[in-house]
Amino acid sequence: MERPDWAPPGIDITVPSVARMYDHYLGGSHNFEVDREAARKAMEFMPGLPKIMQANRAFMRRAVRFSVDEGITQFLDIGSGIPTFGNVHEVARRAHEGARVVYVDHDPVAVAHSRAVLEGNDQAAAAYADLRKPRDILGSSEVKALLDLDRPVALLLVAILHFVEDAYDPYAAVAELRDALAPGSLIAVTHASYEGIPVPQEQADGTVGVYRDIRTPLIMRSRLEIARFFEGYDMVEPGLVPMPHWRADTELAEEDPWSFSGFAGVGRKR
Amino acid sequence: MSAEPDGPEDRLRRFATIWSRALYPVTATSLTRPEFESQLLPLARQLRQDLAERVFRAADCDAVGAALVATHCTEPEALSRTLDVVDAYLVLYCGEETEPDEAGRAGGVGEREELRARCSRIQHAVAAGFARALRERTRAEQEAISRAALEARGTVAEALHASEARFRAVFHGAAIGIGIANLEGTVLEVNDALIRMFGGLEHQLRGRNVAEWTHPDDSPHVWKLYEELVRGDREHYRVEKAFYRPDGTVLWTNLTVSLLRDADGVPQYQLALMEDTTERRLLNLRLRYEATHDALTGLPNRTLFFERLEKALAAGESARFGLCYLDLDGFKTVNDSLGHAAGDRLLVEVADRLQSCATAPGEMVARLGGDEFVALTTGPDTEHEVDELAGRIMHALSTPIRVEGRELTVRGSIGIVEGPAAERGAAEVLRSADITMYRAKHAGGNRYELADPEADARAITRHGLTTALPVALERGEFFIEYQPLVHLGDGSVRGAEALVRWLHPQHGVISPDRFIPLAEHTGLIVPLGRWVLEESVRQARTWEAVTGADQAGLPLRVNVNLSPCQLTHPGLVSDTVEILERAGLAPGALCLEVTESALIGADDDLLKPLRRLAEMGVDIALDDFGTGYSNLANLRRLPVSVLKLDRAFTQGMQHFPADPIDLKIVEGIVSLAHSLDLAVTVEGVETGAQADQLRELGCDTAQGWYYARPGPPDRLHELALADAT
Repeated sequence: MERPDWAPPGIDITVPSVARMYDHYLGGSHNFEVDREAARKAMEFMPGLPKIMQANRAFMRRAVRFSVDEGITQFLDIGSGIPTFGNVHEVARRAHEGARVVYVDHDPVAVAHSRAVLEGNDQAAAAYADLRKPRDILGSSEVKALLDLDRPVALLLVAILHFVEDAYDPYAAVAELRDALAPGSLIAVTHASYEGIPVPQEQADGTVGVYRDIRTPLIMRSRLEIARFFEGYDMVEPGLVPMPHWRADTELAEEDPWSFSGFAGVGRKR
Repeated sequence: MSAEPDGPEDRLRRFATIWSRALYPVTATSLTRPEFESQLLPLARQLRQDLAERVFRAADCDAVGAALVATHCTEPEALSRTLDVVDAYLVLYCGEETEPDEAGRAGGVGEREELRARCSRIQHAVAAGFARALRERTRAEQEAISRAALEARGTVAEALHASEARFRAVFHGAAIGIGIANLEGTVLEVNDALIRMFGGLEHQLRGRNVAEWTHPDDSPHVWKLYEELVRGDREHYRVEKAFYRPDGTVLWTNLTVSLLRDADGVPQYQLALMEDTTERRLLNLRLRYEATHDALTGLPNRTLFFERLEKALAAGESARFGLCYLDLDGFKTVNDSLGHAAGDRLLVEVADRLQSCATAPGEMVARLGGDEFVALTTGPDTEHEVDELAGRIMHALSTPIRVEGRELTVRGSIGIVEGPAAERGAAEVLRSADITMYRAKHAGGNRYELADPEADARAITRHGLTTALPVALERGEFFIEYQPLVHLGDGSVRGAEALVRWLHPQHGVISPDRFIPLAEHTGLIVPLGRWVLEESVRQARTWEAVTGADQAGLPLRVNVNLSPCQLTHPGLVSDTVEILERAGLAPGALCLEVTESALIGADDDLLKPLRRLAEMGVDIALDDFGTGYSNLANLRRLPVSVLKLDRAFTQGMQHFPADPIDLKIVEGIVSLAHSLDLAVTVEGVETGAQADQLRELGCDTAQGWYYARPGPPDRLHELALADAT
């Protein structure tokens, strides 16, 4: 039986949370044994998971800087999880003093933690909402207070869309967000895929199984399926590529082989 | 910042590069490797300084270990790699440019050992600092996440509480009745609306079992659906259901029951939503009552009666029914003389009495309208019962009814139909009863008659013809046949009598003796007669045009019958004149036949139009002469020029020898007629012997089958031509 939609995830700390597992992969201690146990299981099949997470963080950092270079100083980070370091607001503030950031997550613990971290910061806030209900996000007091939707916004969907099953129509949700954004807005996406993983798919399926067991299914999508999220956007060079390939500022040779798993891309709204 | 190749700065950088390369794979930093290296550079500088210090400052080295944790090198592997790098490269890259010792020696063996010792102390201090910082960071993060979890749980609990409070508000404030029961049927929770619906006492609902709420009106599937739901085979169902309230009154509801399952899908509870439809149902019943009952008497009306009758007739092969159709005798007189209010009061009293006559199950009384009532019985022995029912009705009416201080004697006529149900439709049954009732009425009223198929058939035709007559004229269903009038002297055709026929779409050609009385009764005879006159006159004119030139100034005349009604119609003279003028026919070519009986006792007013017509030259014939009490003395007063002898006189002459009495009478009449200057026409001549006799007796003209049967107008034309040759 599926967990009913109205029961918030992450609140039952006997159940692993993807946000806290992510923190664990990144060497953080914002997690509990159940989270670490699930993460360890997932890593039995894909030992390079931490490197994939690291590549995600690195891509996000580059995407935020790119956005600021493009003149965008408003950020909507959906699926922000538990920010350990190198958070959007830190990166953005370093690039532009007046940058404003709204974090969104549907994990109440992640949101509570974010709020604790952001206390006293009047340029960043965390909203408790679900990507599957874009209207809740757009209508949240945090978005209303911090973002001017008449001006371009950078929408960050980093390592989140692969947690939304087709049954919940993530494409429609992304389209609804797109429609609410001003032309010139950017969308930055990373997404898990069997493509680029340095182990056979059968092995990667072990990890998929772990996420299924913790009731947060990991949906592997093909590059083509991921490209569909950019409908209504013009792809920014170099397009939809493995994460390290996206506007790399370092030698690719130094990258861990796992960091090439999945895809990343940025689009600009027409 | 440029660095002199292989100078101290350059060497320091090389150390940092080696260090960052060793650490980078085991960090989780989002920085690039060069960025990461730039973060390690100040730490390397610190280490170089510590290596050079004679007095070891543990705190500085400790800070380097802590700084590593701050750059997110939180893996134990990071410490191990750091210690390896320091061990292998710190002295090598950072240990040569030390200060000269007091003795001025540089780089001595003692010095090198001193550096190694310091390096070792540095490693211990870095490790301790790393461990301490990592422990602090881990504790802080664990504390932070626990606090966040607690806080979130508080928020969620609050939200759940608010949601629960909202739910309870909805539950209790809902206008719809809501109840929750377990799968055994025990009611666990009911809301205020449900309590109100059941009469306001909560304890009479909570704890009760759902299965107790049966009601006689429950359709069988109500409880079948319930069983399926509690078994988990059905998610929900919706029915219309009645409940007894504790006070015994009935509550009608639209009931929706849903199965509630737990998170694992196991059925747990049943949720009932109830909408009180009692009022709506009562309103519907009232509207239905109003639509099916007569407002004046409160009896079922025609609609309801037909429903019941149809139901009775559809009851099956073996079922029978009995029906009494009652019409009050002389009710119109009551209405006309005492007024409608009195008439209405009379009807109400009659209705009450009838109601008391039909109290057995399967019996009903209805008012069809006006003073027409019906009583239906569908009991086991209708043959006997309907007879008794009619008897009871007659008896009930026998006591006078008091209206406005008068004792009114009410009588009625009843038509009874009784028979097997499956044979006829409701309309047919009712018509039969209606006809039978009329039969009772025609037989004098105050009686009942039993339907009889033959009488029905006759009456149905009569009834049908009467209603079809007006339409028939519009549709041109009438036509005229002409029977020649032959001059007995020379056998020439002198004219013809116009005889109207009705070509009925179902019954075929109908003779005038069947429909003329009906037309007279309904008044249709006036337009019909006028039409016949028009047609006949036009036809005479046609004959005149065709044959007139050949005949010696004697045009073919046409005889047209006038009914008593037409005689008194004020437009008779003007209509006739207009018709003749329009056709261009001389008045002398027209003969109007009037029956003797129509003129019996006629006063001058009645005769005046006939006189006018006679003066104009139109012949008037006295038809059926000799059938009534002929007032011979009256004959001279009448403006007639022809006597038509009834066929009764000629029948005795069909065979030879003729009845001598008949001969004498006819001879006398002819003599009388001629003395009054009247011509004599005889009808019904069927044999040559008759014709011979009548000629000898001095009759002028004859008509009958011997000469020709009535036929189409062109036949007459042919006869006339044949006669001329």
